[in-house]
Amino acid sequence: MATRNKTSASTAASTLSDLSAERQLALLEQMQLIRAFDEKVDKLYAKGAMHGTAHFCVGQEACAVGTLCHRHDGDVITGTHRGHGHAIAFGLDPYRMAAELLGKATGYCGGKGGSMHIADVQAGMLGANGIVGGSMGIACGAAFAFKQRAQDHVAVCFFGDGAVQEGIFNETLNLASVWQLPVLFVCENNHYAMSLSAEKATAGGSIANRAASYGMPAEAVDGMDLEAVYTAGARLMNGCRGAGPALIETITYRYLGHSKSDANRYRTREEIAEWRANDPIERYIRTLTERGLLDDERSQALVEAAADQVEQAFGRAERDPEPELSSALEDVYA
Amino acid sequence: MPDDVTFREAMTTVLRETLAADDEAFLLGEDVGVYGGAFGVSRGLVEEFGPERVLDTPLSEAGFTGLAIGAAVMGMRPIVEIQFSDFITHCMDQLVNQAAKLRYMFGGAASVPLVLRTPGGAGTGAAAQHSQSLEAWFVHVPGLRVVMPSTPADAQGLFRAAMADPNPVLFYEHKLLYNTKGSLPDQPETYEIGRARCTREGGDVTLVAAGLMHNYALEAAETLAGQNIDAEVINLLSLAPMDSDRVCESVRKTGRLVVVEEDVRTGGWGGELVTRVTEGPAFYALDRAPARVACADTPIPYNKRLEASIRPSPERIVEAVTQVLANDPGRYV
Ligand SMILES: Cc1ncc(C[n+]2csc(CCOP(=O)(O)OP(=O)(O)O)c2C)c(N)n1
Repeated sequence: MATRNKTSASTAASTLSDLSAERQLALLEQMQLIRAFDEKVDKLYAKGAMHGTAHFCVGQEACAVGTLCHRHDGDVITGTHRGHGHAIAFGLDPYRMAAELLGKATGYCGGKGGSMHIADVQAGMLGANGIVGGSMGIACGAAFAFKQRAQDHVAVCFFGDGAVQEGIFNETLNLASVWQLPVLFVCENNHYAMSLSAEKATAGGSIANRAASYGMPAEAVDGMDLEAVYTAGARLMNGCRGAGPALIETITYRYLGHSKSDANRYRTREEIAEWRANDPIERYIRTLTERGLLDDERSQALVEAAADQVEQAFGRAERDPEPELSSALEDVYA
Repeated sequence: MPDDVTFREAMTTVLRETLAADDEAFLLGEDVGVYGGAFGVSRGLVEEFGPERVLDTPLSEAGFTGLAIGAAVMGMRPIVEIQFSDFITHCMDQLVNQAAKLRYMFGGAASVPLVLRTPGGAGTGAAAQHSQSLEAWFVHVPGLRVVMPSTPADAQGLFRAAMADPNPVLFYEHKLLYNTKGSLPDQPETYEIGRARCTREGGDVTLVAAGLMHNYALEAAETLAGQNIDAEVINLLSLAPMDSDRVCESVRKTGRLVVVEEDVRTGGWGGELVTRVTEGPAFYALDRAPARVACADTPIPYNKRLEASIRPSPERIVEAVTQVLANDPGRYV
């Protein structure tokens, strides 16, 4: 039962250039929006205008966008503590996310979740999660429901290289594989779990290989290359539909600290600069320019539009009401 | 109506009824399929409902509990069996940080209608890692419900209530109850979670307990009756929520309170119940300080005599009541 009978990988190679110009540009817009959102949040923290904590995915935008652009209606996702990108790529509204981060009544969770718990269960975003590895079982459960109901949906489960060392990673990969659940596991290997490098933490070296040992299709891809993530995503996500699990290890990097307070003592400026030079957004802009779909002016306009949308989202959210104090006692039980 | 149904049979029947009534209900856990569950509760169900509804899981308590939570969020009705309640430690994150929190963190946008069944309690000589009563841990976690049946009728009534509840419910079955017998009502009954029941009326002392301990309390009450002490027995049935109002009502009548619990005394739910009684107006109805009968603050020892020496028993309940009454100026002066 451990290996899939049905060949999952659709043989037709799907590449970004197969998409309409409009769709190709939309993916750039989405990456810009994710970056603008996190950069804004970073600034708000620096100014002391926001409380709690937040984890930024600047540098990792291609992972969520490249996989989730293959989503169909009815698919669901679970995110992580570093989850703003997952939520935006899934289609959540930056304004309601901003309101949640500001603790407002209009936020996705009425101000009771904050950065690490953004969810829109109705829409299929089953929650960012403050526990490393904590949502992996939940994603499997959603996939189980799809299977029992004979629905062709996929549950996409995001997690980091740190989560791979938790027991639940192994429990859920095994379970998803022996029960053939339609889960796409997307590991964002950004090389660090807080300060611990994945290299020092991962026996055997490869996360994708671990998945392979559970008998599921798995690939490691360049997570700084939207094209590569897109192509692997097409193959593996479609392979999941109506079938069993798969895993993508996106090799990526986070430019900013682990969370808002991080002195970056465990890595060098040079290392960060090297990865920044390989920026996924810049890279994709070059690709689109080469394809004649983008020029400098248009590109600049997109950056400004993203920043503008984020400014407006936060501006509007800031004016929103605080939750009623009585709401602190609500929603404990259904 | 059947009056000699075992607790195990009552559980099997109510599980069958649940699986038959709702296509979206499923049972999962270790060895729940052809093996029939470690305590035989799910015997025959996989033959009847198939391996898609009665699922043998790998030994992955966190993984399959997490899966059940995800399925519950999607609207299915999972029933998880944790083979021994001690192994709940393996899925603490899932229960405490996920199942109990999702609804609140998401501002009410999700619910987790999950029932987790697990055999708990000591008395089987299975030693420290297969005998614990960990229910108080979960009473301490808002977002969870915790219920403990005592009889076959309770088992069914509470289980129906647990399945009807949109929240995660921990359903504790004491291992020593499985072979006990009782009667079932003519009409299937669904209990109300959070509502205690008075199972024996009396005017001298209020005995409060749940699960197997309730049956011990009833036994103790019989003995006490022989000594002319008339004990009222309250079966809590649900520890979270805890019907302390019903207990206060009884204390107003009897003036004396003895709480019986099988978890260890320190930090047990009995302390919470006593506090609720004494911090409210029922305090003034008390003639004497309340007492608790609980397990000693030790792990459960293997040796049968040692085990018995630290566990509550009907005899120890009688002793506690006698002491409370002996020190009672209201009665003897
Ligand atoms: C179970 C658990 N242990 C520890 C933490 C504290 N913590 C939060 S994020 C993190 C590192 C996670 O690394 P990784 O999974 O690689 O994700 P990344 O932060 O790199 O995106 C740690 C240790 C936690 N939230 N949950």
